[in-house]
Amino acid sequence: MSKYTEDDLKKELETQEYEYGFYTDIESDTFPIGLNEDVIRAISKKKNEPEWMTDWRLDAFRIWEEMEEPEWANVHYEKPDFQAISYYSAPKKADPNKSLDDVDPELLEMYRKLGISVDEQKKMQGVAVDIVVDSVSVATTFKKTLGEKGIIFMPISEAIQEHPELVKKYMGSVVPKTDNFYAALNSAVFTDGSFCYIPKGVKCPMELSTYFRINEGGTGQFERTLVVADAGSFVSYLEGCTAPARDENQLHAAVVELIAMDDAEIKYSTVQNWFPGNKEGKGGVYNFVTKRALCETNAKVSWTQVETGSAVTWKYPSCILKGDNSVGEFYSIAVTNNFQQADTGTKMIHLGKNTKSTIISKGISAGKSQNSYRGLVQINARAENARNFSQCDSLLMGDQCGAHTFPYIEAKNTTAQIEHEATTSKIGEDQLFYCNQRGIDTEKAIALIVNGFSKDVLNKLPMEFAVEAQKLLEISLEGSVG
Amino acid sequence: MLKIENLQARIDDKEILKGLNIEVKAGEVHAIMGPNGAGKSTLANVIAGKEEYEVTGGTIELNGEDISELAPEERAHAGVFLSFQYPIEIPGVTVTNFIKSSINESRKAQGLEEMPAKEMLKKIREKSELLEIDRKFLSRSLNEGFSGGEKKRNEIFQMAMLEPKLAILDETDSGLDIDALRIVANGVNKLKSKDNAVIVITHYQRLLDYIIPDFVHVLYDGKIVKSGTKDLALELEEKGYDWIKEELNA
Repeated sequence: MSKYTEDDLKKELETQEYEYGFYTDIESDTFPIGLNEDVIRAISKKKNEPEWMTDWRLDAFRIWEEMEEPEWANVHYEKPDFQAISYYSAPKKADPNKSLDDVDPELLEMYRKLGISVDEQKKMQGVAVDIVVDSVSVATTFKKTLGEKGIIFMPISEAIQEHPELVKKYMGSVVPKTDNFYAALNSAVFTDGSFCYIPKGVKCPMELSTYFRINEGGTGQFERTLVVADAGSFVSYLEGCTAPARDENQLHAAVVELIAMDDAEIKYSTVQNWFPGNKEGKGGVYNFVTKRALCETNAKVSWTQVETGSAVTWKYPSCILKGDNSVGEFYSIAVTNNFQQADTGTKMIHLGKNTKSTIISKGISAGKSQNSYRGLVQINARAENARNFSQCDSLLMGDQCGAHTFPYIEAKNTTAQIEHEATTSKIGEDQLFYCNQRGIDTEKAIALIVNGFSKDVLNKLPMEFAVEAQKLLEISLEGSVG
Repeated sequence: MLKIENLQARIDDKEILKGLNIEVKAGEVHAIMGPNGAGKSTLANVIAGKEEYEVTGGTIELNGEDISELAPEERAHAGVFLSFQYPIEIPGVTVTNFIKSSINESRKAQGLEEMPAKEMLKKIREKSELLEIDRKFLSRSLNEGFSGGEKKRNEIFQMAMLEPKLAILDETDSGLDIDALRIVANGVNKLKSKDNAVIVITHYQRLLDYIIPDFVHVLYDGKIVKSGTKDLALELEEKGYDWIKEELNA
């Protein structure tokens, strides 16, 4: 048998298309392209929204019109034409004539590798789920359990109808409409998203996952998520899916706001696997997300993210540590391959006394991709005894990719303790040969090395999610070698 | 077991092995000695299939099958094990996890199921006791922050776990203190059987006091220039390599 050389692998990588980039033409109710006040009103009307919501959107739109698209991130892309996008598309419906036999067998193989159930596969492929008993009963039991505890978990459009007082109070309180270009755009046009409220002292008995909401419509292009954890409560929230996300929208501008009141804790985990573009770097999703959490006294927020998809990622899940003794954590794995670009990191804003933050960022670059960590640790004048620990590690595969680290530190209080560690390493021939000699082939060796490198972050994910994320890392780097 | 005939290999444009012959039978221990730059480590790496080396002539047969065109992992699956002179580090991957992957990949190649966890644990316990390895050591990242002795002991531990047909120990004695040397050598001796073979590559005859070779070969300028028994190693220790060079030039 002839030897499978590095060149073969490189060739394979170059010819490896994103097999999941096809889209299915299904019945949808779509607005004509373009954005103006009439379109905003129409979206609001379509969603049957109260007047205050329409006004809020219009206000955001007017703010957005005055803003310029930011250029400071270390990414290069063709700017979207905002007048060439359609801002409303009704939830996709299942096609009753479609079965899994119509789905690309390679895609099914990928699902199999990820251990995704047949029902889930069908949902993701827009195939009507015929054996619904399981998922329906799970979802129903789930809703009942949550209801008994007074937990609210529903699409944000429903929450606007059913819990206007909560939405009105908290939406935009952490990420104001004026925050940035994409946040303003999202505020004007968001069509979907989740709302979650955990009452005082309640520990949410299960991981809240957007999966349970998928029945009620796919993920929107401009998603808006609002999680409010009242005093002393706890919630673990999972967003996204390890399966490749089917989406024809190029621009994604989501906003996520978390509010952790006194003594509350929120764990927010994300796996992002949007279409990254083809081997020439054409197509692919632009993922421009604003995620921010507000922590009151003794509150704690952990952001954990595994980013493997998108052509361009621009995302900084942040914590405003407003209350004394509050804690912010950010754990991130960002993988870029081919022509992907990621500029991601976090902001930890220390306002209260004895506030603590931890940042662990692992960047993995392969192909011709560029991977940047950008972080801000800001200690304000009143934040006595604030502490931060940051660790940013980069792993390079091959000699055509890049890893960059931009750590910003602003300390205005002399009692602050700030530590920053950074490493850059490369998967070397010697490492691969060592693994090969022990019977482990190159693909598997890379997976092993990457998993070892990412372990500190994978450990922070809920168990089941971690196993899936680990497989996802392997698949994302399949065919790349250092 | 292993039959190498007229092996020629180079790295970049430098000829290193220039027509090397050696035959190792099952149940035998062979020592290969020689001065720096003679090609000892090259031989080890070429047998294991390291890509940087180009084989320009000759054959490497393992149990009658020519392995010189196989990928390194395929040679490993066929039973070749190399104890590295400089074992590499893999941060975040524990010794246990690594050996587990290693064993299961080999089993997969042979069409076997993964080794059941219970059996794996039992084997790990046995072999770590054999090599006097602290169990805590097994949950550390592979070779990361290991002392020289720990790295070498870990190599032999992997060998014990994998039970290769042909084990090549490349300078396993370097960096070992006398106690570690004794433990490692004891381990190798206990693993020896009539069905496997060991090639010990070493600079000094010190290791050969513990692992007694059946044959000793002198590698010089890319060829085996002299073969003998254990006495040859003692002679080399006493007289150095110059007399061999002189003998060859005479």
